[in-house]
Amino acid sequence: MTIALGHYLTVAAILFTIGIFGIFLNRKNVIVILMSVELMLLAVNINLVAFSAFLGDLVGQLFALLVLTVAAAEAAIGLAILVTYHRNRGTIAVEDINLMKG
Amino acid sequence: MAAAFFFYLFSGIAIASAVMVIAARNPVHSVLFLILAFFNGAGLFLLLGAEFLAMILVIVYVGAVAVLFLFVVMMLDVDFVELRQGMLNYLPVGATIGLILLGELGLVVGTWTLSPELLKAVTAPLGTVSNTEAIGLLLYTRYLFYFQSAGFILLIAMVGAIVLTLRHKAGVKRQSIPSQVARDPASAIEIRHVTPGQGI
Repeated sequence: MTIALGHYLTVAAILFTIGIFGIFLNRKNVIVILMSVELMLLAVNINLVAFSAFLGDLVGQLFALLVLTVAAAEAAIGLAILVTYHRNRGTIAVEDINLMKG
Repeated sequence: MAAAFFFYLFSGIAIASAVMVIAARNPVHSVLFLILAFFNGAGLFLLLGAEFLAMILVIVYVGAVAVLFLFVVMMLDVDFVELRQGMLNYLPVGATIGLILLGELGLVVGTWTLSPELLKAVTAPLGTVSNTEAIGLLLYTRYLFYFQSAGFILLIAMVGAIVLTLRHKAGVKRQSIPSQVARDPASAIEIRHVTPGQGI
């Protein structure tokens, strides 16, 4: 019973789908949406690292590192926007964020 | 055999905790399950031989990002029960899209093949040096530009987060160093002639 590349890809696909599903399920809660995005990025990282390990090509791990960087930056900026929005409006419900609709 | 056992252990816990992230009633529990999912993702990275990324995942995500989420969840005074109302309305469309996506990903995973030329394109001395050293050998030479761009992105994110959340309160006494430095004896000292027996 050896673990092949397909096993890791399956796990990553399931995690990615859970992330997508979480975005739809928690349409009102921005914090959980951000957490779902982090889950999707984790799935992408698992894909990159699995390909990197099974093909013997380290560039996949380098790009996983870059994805990690961007994910951290995205979480920091997203949460900063969230804090500012909550300070100004007193709510974080996604449905109320429609000021720029025109 | 042990590797297979640990693979199923890590991936099973990762998937279960990912489900709990999106299904937990309390957002604090969601963050804690997110931490658990990342720990198990790091375990999967270890199984794949990517020790450096596994440690970075633990440090960056569990140490920084998840704690940031925890701070925000605990500091914002949000009625999360109200946010969860109408959640089941989105269940059918979300489940439909999720199942479609999962089916497509399953088709891709089930049928893809590797290009035969790809296996010749090995870029790093894998196997002769440790994983961290091999990453360093690549990252600081051929991919230096990407490394610098990543640092620049982090710098911009830091500046953006500070600018977004910095708030100047009115009525707070602050030290103004330029006006202190600009004082000279002519404006700082005033000579009053006090006649004896009277006040100023």
